Amino acid sequence: MYKKRGSMSSNTTHPGSFRGKKNVALALNLLMGVGGVVVWWVIYQQLPGLSKWLTYGVLPISQGSHLGASIEFFLYDTPKVMMLLFLVVFGVGIIRSFFTPEKTRAFLSGRSEFAGNVFAALLGIITPFCSCSAVPLFIGFVTAGVPLGVTFSFLIAAPMVNEIAVGLLYGLLGWKVAAIYMGTGLFIAISAGWVIGRLKLENHIEDWVTQANVAAVEMEEEKLTWNDRFIYGWDAVKEIIGRVWVYVILGIAVGAGIHGFVPEGVMASIMGKGTWWSVPLSVVIGVPMYSNAAGIIPVVEALLGKGAALGSVLAFMMSVIALSLPEMVILRKVLKPRLIGVFVGVVAGGILIVGYLFNIIL
Amino acid sequence: MGKECKMEIKVLGPGCAKCKKAEQLVQEVIKETGVDASVEKVTDMMQIASYGVFGTPSVIVDGEVKCTGKVPKKADIKAWILS
Repeated sequence: MYKKRGSMSSNTTHPGSFRGKKNVALALNLLMGVGGVVVWWVIYQQLPGLSKWLTYGVLPISQGSHLGASIEFFLYDTPKVMMLLFLVVFGVGIIRSFFTPEKTRAFLSGRSEFAGNVFAALLGIITPFCSCSAVPLFIGFVTAGVPLGVTFSFLIAAPMVNEIAVGLLYGLLGWKVAAIYMGTGLFIAISAGWVIGRLKLENHIEDWVTQANVAAVEMEEEKLTWNDRFIYGWDAVKEIIGRVWVYVILGIAVGAGIHGFVPEGVMASIMGKGTWWSVPLSVVIGVPMYSNAAGIIPVVEALLGKGAALGSVLAFMMSVIALSLPEMVILRKVLKPRLIGVFVGVVAGGILIVGYLFNIIL
Repeated sequence: MGKECKMEIKVLGPGCAKCKKAEQLVQEVIKETGVDASVEKVTDMMQIASYGVFGTPSVIVDGEVKCTGKVPKKADIKAWILS
């Protein structure tokens, strides 16, 4: 199990006798999967009618009132978001079972700068990674010869462009917004990482990191069957939904309040295209806020509905998700203050550009 | 040898939910199997890094890295401890 880095180990041959049995299990799993998706779809289609009926049929609320609009929004969005999360997290969980941080690091070490930034940002989306292991991961990457800027591309993309954000944006705001978010998020991760790499800030990593003579461990790769991958996806569902459901409900409650009680168009004057300061203001408000994608997107949906411009909203959402105070505190253990400052500055700059760009062209 | 060499288990993790879960599972397995082992939770980043792992939680048994970046299954922990 315990190997020094450099000794490649990959053994993926399967004994032939297991093949037949495995195929049956796979077919069964697939069948269950397809059946599950059909049931999911049928329920999903019923949600608008169901929420209307619950709000105005079951509860004594009159149609057209502020409270009614809020409650209907809440009763519609909560199951909808939960169902979307379930499907997306499960699907991405299965994809993620093919990746590990170890493989990603091996792939990225020694990459040239620009290509490295692109690969790192893309791998940031699908490599399983929990924000509490940002520091060990940072050390592991840097000591293995992954360039600093490339490491940053990964660290920026991983929390920002994730399956939860893209899945929810697709479900609540349509594929165009989801694609724009994903594209611009990747753009920021790639370009901010590239800029940080160009600035040659390697000496602003805390000294103990580079001095630490880390014997990198290479775990023997586990051979996962399809059944294992389904379990992996299912575990991801339990873990992620167990962690974010509170944020989701809070986010939807805030969104519902905005939806029902904030007058039409009022957001246009604050977060609209016409006001030049709306994008920087969104970033300034967003950076200290800490929420995850699941909590912030229902709020974003409501803001857009009240006339906020897409660019300002994107800037707000990205700064909430990508830059957070707790993450800075964690990263401070490996980065000197100046490098953290550069990191925040470059990413915030990228977000500003994206915000202005979309306010101008849309 | 044998009984008197106490097994040393370390659970590496800064204290997120997954890391706590991993430690709890290790404790449970030790109780169930009755193996004489010490369990230490390592939360210091420098120490974690010195093991060369870069996913947390990680489980180390007698200096050997057994798993990184995920909560191990109970059956796996049992196998590490009893082997």
